[in-house]
Amino acid sequence: MEVFKWLNDQLLRMDWLAWLVGRLVEDVFGLDMAGRSGASVHFFIYDVIKIFILLAVLIFSISWVQSHFPPERTRRILGGMQGFSGKLAGALLGTITPFCSCSSIPLFIGFTSSGLPLGVTFAFLISSPLVDLASVILLASIFNWTIAIAYVLVGLVLAVLGGMLIGKAKMERYVESFVMHSPVLDVPQDQLGMRDRFQFSCAQVSDIFRRVWLYVLIGVGIGAAIHNWIPVEWTESLLGQNHWWSVPLATLIGVPMYADIFGTLPIAEALVAKGVGLGTALAFMMAVTALSLPSLIMLKKVVKAPLLALFFGIITFGIVLIGYLFNAYAYLFV
Amino acid sequence: MIIKILGSGCRKCSTLTENTEKALASLGLTAEVVKVTDFAQIAAHGVMSTPALAIDDKVVSVGKVLTAAEVERVLKS
Repeated sequence: MEVFKWLNDQLLRMDWLAWLVGRLVEDVFGLDMAGRSGASVHFFIYDVIKIFILLAVLIFSISWVQSHFPPERTRRILGGMQGFSGKLAGALLGTITPFCSCSSIPLFIGFTSSGLPLGVTFAFLISSPLVDLASVILLASIFNWTIAIAYVLVGLVLAVLGGMLIGKAKMERYVESFVMHSPVLDVPQDQLGMRDRFQFSCAQVSDIFRRVWLYVLIGVGIGAAIHNWIPVEWTESLLGQNHWWSVPLATLIGVPMYADIFGTLPIAEALVAKGVGLGTALAFMMAVTALSLPSLIMLKKVVKAPLLALFFGIITFGIVLIGYLFNAYAYLFV
Repeated sequence: MIIKILGSGCRKCSTLTENTEKALASLGLTAEVVKVTDFAQIAAHGVMSTPALAIDDKVVSVGKVLTAAEVERVLKS
């Protein structure tokens, strides 16, 4: 256990980095770590470096796994699966496929046109932005493993239940007709060697890095500000645990925003440190990553209003519920 | 010959476009290179992972940024 804890502290939480940045802030910049400026600068530098290191390592390894599951293969695996197992497989495959909601629309069309049940496709669509392996390890790094695992389980349950509800609702007629009539293309799969997978993973790292670095800087910046400059009374009076409205409010603030999970985590971290309930912070995070105006506008092109509203409703409801659950049972996790 | 680059307008798509133009130039071929960014049209080609490359409406590659040399090989066959 001791060994595991040490590995966890040094590799995931990067205590060595916190110490190093502490030296830098105190000895080189001459700032007091106990003071506001010192603490903000420390939070910013430490979190940015930590997230960038984790991001590079995680995306590389996850891309390696992903290279085994191109969308065409995922579709073949899911094809012919029905009922609960289909939804579960969809939700699970969603965790290892793309990070970006922009790629989910072509996937949606490709899945639906090949005859996959809507429920299975939506289980996949819900879990894909919400739960991915990178976010799990980041959660473990910033909070702890219990929270990370609870987050994944709850995310998967939400995806499976959402998929089952949408499947039961018989919404097929609310899918734009061109989606159903799109041809199913089966390009022969290239055989990938180690070299190809290595190149693919490197390309993914640089690609995602370029896409998210700004979000990370902004997210950590906001986190640092919340951490040291915003009075606890403010965050507590708005989002404090004892208010019934804190979870829906956090969800409402989060929905229109879009940021990568890497940018949202430092904000959640700072909120929790400021006395905001864990559930409230997680609800905010999930709302930002899973739902956003741009992705809804894109989805609107392929599904009609009733289905879109149901999708939106299920996820919002799920997020709020998860928020309350985590707030109520937070003492089990911390 | 019409070559279509299918993709939502990401950076990868423009790289693929450049590589395609290089390949055409080095083979001395002329072709119309069209970027298709509309989801409906991309889907109409049955493409799930972008960027994809289609020659005369036949999809020859999906989800990959082909290098100029790879595009040349595809063009020759």
